[in-house]
Amino acid sequence: MKSSRFYLAVLVVLYLFLLGPFLLIFVASFGSEPIMTFPPKGFSLRWFVKVFTVRMFLDSFLTSLWIGLASTLSALVIGVPAAYALVRYSFPGRSILEVLFASPAVIPGLVLGFSLLRFFVLIGNFPIQLGLYVGHTVILLPYTVRVVSAALRNLDPSIEEAAVSLGAHRVRSFFLVVLPNIRAGVMAAFILAFITSFNNVPISLFLTGPGIATLPIQMLIYMEYYFDPTIAALSSILIVITVLIVQGAERGLGISQYV
Amino acid sequence: MAFLELKQITAGYSKQEMILRDFSLAVEKGKLVSLLGPSGCGKTTTLRLIAGFLTPREGRIFLNGKDITQSPPHTRNIGLVFQSYALFPHLTVFDNVAFGLRMRKVPKDELSERVSKALSITDLSGLEHRLPSQLSGGQRQRVALSRALVIEPSLLLLDEPLSNLDAKLRVGMRAELSRIQKTLGITMIYVTHDQVEALSLSDEVVVMQGGKIEQIGSPQQIYRYPTTPFVARFLGFDNRLKGTITGVNPPFGVLSLGGKEFSFSLKESLLGLGHPSSLQEGEEVEVLFRPEDARIEESPIPNSLEVRVLFGTFLGKAVQYLVRFQDQELTVLCSEGYRFQEGQRAFLRLDPTTWFLVRKE
Repeated sequence: MKSSRFYLAVLVVLYLFLLGPFLLIFVASFGSEPIMTFPPKGFSLRWFVKVFTVRMFLDSFLTSLWIGLASTLSALVIGVPAAYALVRYSFPGRSILEVLFASPAVIPGLVLGFSLLRFFVLIGNFPIQLGLYVGHTVILLPYTVRVVSAALRNLDPSIEEAAVSLGAHRVRSFFLVVLPNIRAGVMAAFILAFITSFNNVPISLFLTGPGIATLPIQMLIYMEYYFDPTIAALSSILIVITVLIVQGAERGLGISQYV
Repeated sequence: MAFLELKQITAGYSKQEMILRDFSLAVEKGKLVSLLGPSGCGKTTTLRLIAGFLTPREGRIFLNGKDITQSPPHTRNIGLVFQSYALFPHLTVFDNVAFGLRMRKVPKDELSERVSKALSITDLSGLEHRLPSQLSGGQRQRVALSRALVIEPSLLLLDEPLSNLDAKLRVGMRAELSRIQKTLGITMIYVTHDQVEALSLSDEVVVMQGGKIEQIGSPQQIYRYPTTPFVARFLGFDNRLKGTITGVNPPFGVLSLGGKEFSFSLKESLLGLGHPSSLQEGEEVEVLFRPEDARIEESPIPNSLEVRVLFGTFLGKAVQYLVRFQDQELTVLCSEGYRFQEGQRAFLRLDPTTWFLVRKE
């Protein structure tokens, strides 16, 4: 009894430590003062309204959205076949390939962002949007490969052989039998990769340029000049959206088994 | 040429390690042939070669007179039933069974007719709209069987299809498989490590070990007259006794077991030794025999060895006794229940016609 109370206390402290900052931001975003304060004085929703009136937030939101979608889809198009090859076949260089696909998740984001920037500069005149898209695709690959691999490992390989023995070509049996059965894993990879792209700072920091920024970068820039709770309001919106997506995905697909 | 022929196959999964070397096998049309052996003997590799999931490094495979060595697996029209059933989890029973027909672009009416027929053969009518996860193990295995049969394969391969079922279901499915095989007259190759399955189902049993065929024969032949020590041990000749040949006067020989002499017919007992005349006086041999082929008695009888009972295990139909003869332990079945106490002296009667003699290794 005594020890369980102790564990409960530890748990509460831990959660406070993890969630405290979020709660702080969340509460502060409803303040009426033009400078973020805690505890907030008064109650107002004007900062939430302001989020939607700041032009650069909308622009960068759209940039983040399309970069996120495009790079997530690309990472899936490359990642699903890669995961399939890594899980199903053993071939020379397999372990090297595995390390290669994992490396963007291991190398510090800043290092990766800097190297990508140097690389794009070297090529010369590389469009900013394209650079962002390529950079994000690279950092998302480890996520899609890993999550889809986990889904594939849970799938009995003999069902493919069954499909082939019944007359389906290998490629066809992949689409008819494998893909439908790893759907949940692919969806989980999609959500995880999209959120990763949407939240990314270190890569985007290097690859954004004049006039084009992703939402997190825009938020950083905004914070350098303004101290009002708009950022807090925007953060709260993002937190709520993320929680809703992740909760929904967990309920519907059980994504935590793949991560 | 036989219906299915594997000729001098060498195959394996990596360059360094060949599982089969110079392996040949012929299967006649309409027969059920079992590949029997312990795990790692190459029986599943053989199956995968026939199905086309593995290409031999050397040798050729012929099916119905056609060389299929290089044909891709989806063109072979060979049915497969897996140990894990391998049903498509996202499709209903109907769609699982219809899969092969859809690949063959069978018209809709004919398709549903053939699917219902296949389902009725395996007694699954009424379950068309269930998903595999809503079926029992036995039902899943029957769906797998229907799915493979509905395409009217020229050959049906079964890879340990019953080993995931419980004992009672296994016996039922065994009978059902046998019935289906006889009704449809389809050629089947059945891979198993269970001797009872192989013996009860097959027209012909192929016993394999270490990538080689040890013996091919009818179930009766294999059971009664194994030709190699491996086959004998694999098929239940669990007991071994060391002995010495003390006399050879064809057609009889004399064997001494711990000082006691037994006369036996050379013709019947010498299967493991090659030609009987090769046996020489003074040669050391081993006697292999099944627990059910020996009897223990309370009083001395001719042709018996004095043993000590170590303990008995009740098996239902019989009691299995572990006994000691000098320094060797033997098991014997006794169908009359518990008759012996631990440590009791008893007499083991051997029947030389059920012996299997091998040279000492």
